[in-house]
Amino acid sequence: MLIKKPSDINPSEITPESVYRNRRQFIEDSGKLLLGAAAASTLPSIANAQTGAGLMARAPASMRRSPPAAWWADKFANIKPAPDSAPFYTGESLTPYEDVVSYNNFYEFGMNKGDPSSNSGDYKADPWSVEISGEVAKPGVYNLEDILKPHDLEERIYRLRCVEAWSMVIPWVGFPLADLIKRFEPTSKAKYIEFETLVDPETMPGVRSRFAIVDWPYREGLRMDEAMNPLTLMAVGVYGDYLPPQNGAPLRLIVPWKYGFKSIKAIVKINFRETMPDTTWVDLQAQEYGFFANVNPAVHHPRWRQDTERRLPQTLFSRSRIATQPFNGYGEQVASMYEGMDLSRYY
Amino acid sequence: MQMRKLIKPLVFVLALLPFAVLVLRIIQNNLGPDPVQELSLETGEWTLRFLILALAMTPLRRITNQIEFTRHRRMIGLFALFYASTHLLVWLMFDLEFRWFAIAEEILERPYITVGFTAYLILLALGITSPKFMVRKLGKNWKRLHKLVYVAAILGVLHLLWILRLDIGPAVFYSSLVALLLGYRVWFRLRARRS
Repeated sequence: MLIKKPSDINPSEITPESVYRNRRQFIEDSGKLLLGAAAASTLPSIANAQTGAGLMARAPASMRRSPPAAWWADKFANIKPAPDSAPFYTGESLTPYEDVVSYNNFYEFGMNKGDPSSNSGDYKADPWSVEISGEVAKPGVYNLEDILKPHDLEERIYRLRCVEAWSMVIPWVGFPLADLIKRFEPTSKAKYIEFETLVDPETMPGVRSRFAIVDWPYREGLRMDEAMNPLTLMAVGVYGDYLPPQNGAPLRLIVPWKYGFKSIKAIVKINFRETMPDTTWVDLQAQEYGFFANVNPAVHHPRWRQDTERRLPQTLFSRSRIATQPFNGYGEQVASMYEGMDLSRYY
Repeated sequence: MQMRKLIKPLVFVLALLPFAVLVLRIIQNNLGPDPVQELSLETGEWTLRFLILALAMTPLRRITNQIEFTRHRRMIGLFALFYASTHLLVWLMFDLEFRWFAIAEEILERPYITVGFTAYLILLALGITSPKFMVRKLGKNWKRLHKLVYVAAILGVLHLLWILRLDIGPAVFYSSLVALLLGYRVWFRLRARRS
């Protein structure tokens, strides 16, 4: 018997993208062919031929990260691939991994887009714990391993629209926030949920900076129905790989119909409360940033337009400026939550 | 004497260097995933630097007693206009893609753009009136007109302050420099009047 070592080259790197994207059709078609020739029982072995092979997107082999701790590898061994249809998937071109991990706003590591990736060398995503507090039956400080244990990871391809009028398409790995919330049994008083980012001056140079006018820690929040929406994701990975520090390792929020700053990174606290929490950007500039921060081409930022966006990456001579969609294109899933609300007032 | 002749082309080449670096980065496609933003930031910041440098020439001459400084003031000022023009062009061409209605709307409605555009118009007027024959033609008014360079510098810093989201570092740096240079002028004027 000939035993071949699996190749180091990611299939996505050698297969044309169009073929790669249609591989399920290909597998299905070849499956149908096989059905005629062989017993149906051989099919599962084809589907499970290679762990992670079903994922829509994987980080380039040369850039893959080592797991923050051994248990992470087991967790990532079985990720459910993104479906082929909206809303957990979009067929738009993915923003390459290299750009997703090098162009970031994460002010704890510095002000420029390149700072988070270059200044996060000392950052430790393990060990990690999250404090759950407020209006829940089961408050406490939980190890990340325990937090993640019951949840199966899945891949989701979302648009990310920054309030600065640029956008990306990113394959995240995570699980629904709703599933996590249910485990802590929120009380009837829990109307809002509040998140906090780690503050560690030792490993986060931006926190030490004298020019940062942020009152650390970074805080964000959601209304309970927003938090429970199936689109809202707790992410632990990107491109089938562990989150790099600059993307919010080890645990971050993804709220795809809101401006990027709502999708808080490196979460250490989750607090359930009856009243709307103060959030960092609202505290800094309430006229410019609202609590809801839903992507809305009709409501401009006071200092710049929001009706179009620069889809990244661009080159100078092939720029893709596209129209910004209400709720970032997720209106069908989320618009009903805001019925009757004046969105130009509650921006 | 020979050395002195070399200074002018040297300053010229040095002043073109940031532009050359940007052109090189464009050719190498080395401006990152958001090249329009990167070009805007770079050209904007170089405009401010040259503007401040031009403003520093007279105080430097007075302090060091080296006439050499003022001999390059005009060229450095013109380079400020040059970088401001590339900054404006990047915005017109790549950001708003010559959609004239949107451009007009932006200039009228967004205060940071109004301010930046006004600063540009000032620099343009100063550039047009910079040749020697214009200096002669305008006589006394030339000096008056060219005092507007301080207004341009203040508007330029305001333009930066108005667009930033969080990072006040560079804005604080450039506005302190402008304040320092303006302060020196005022102080010098007051002292001259007293004596």
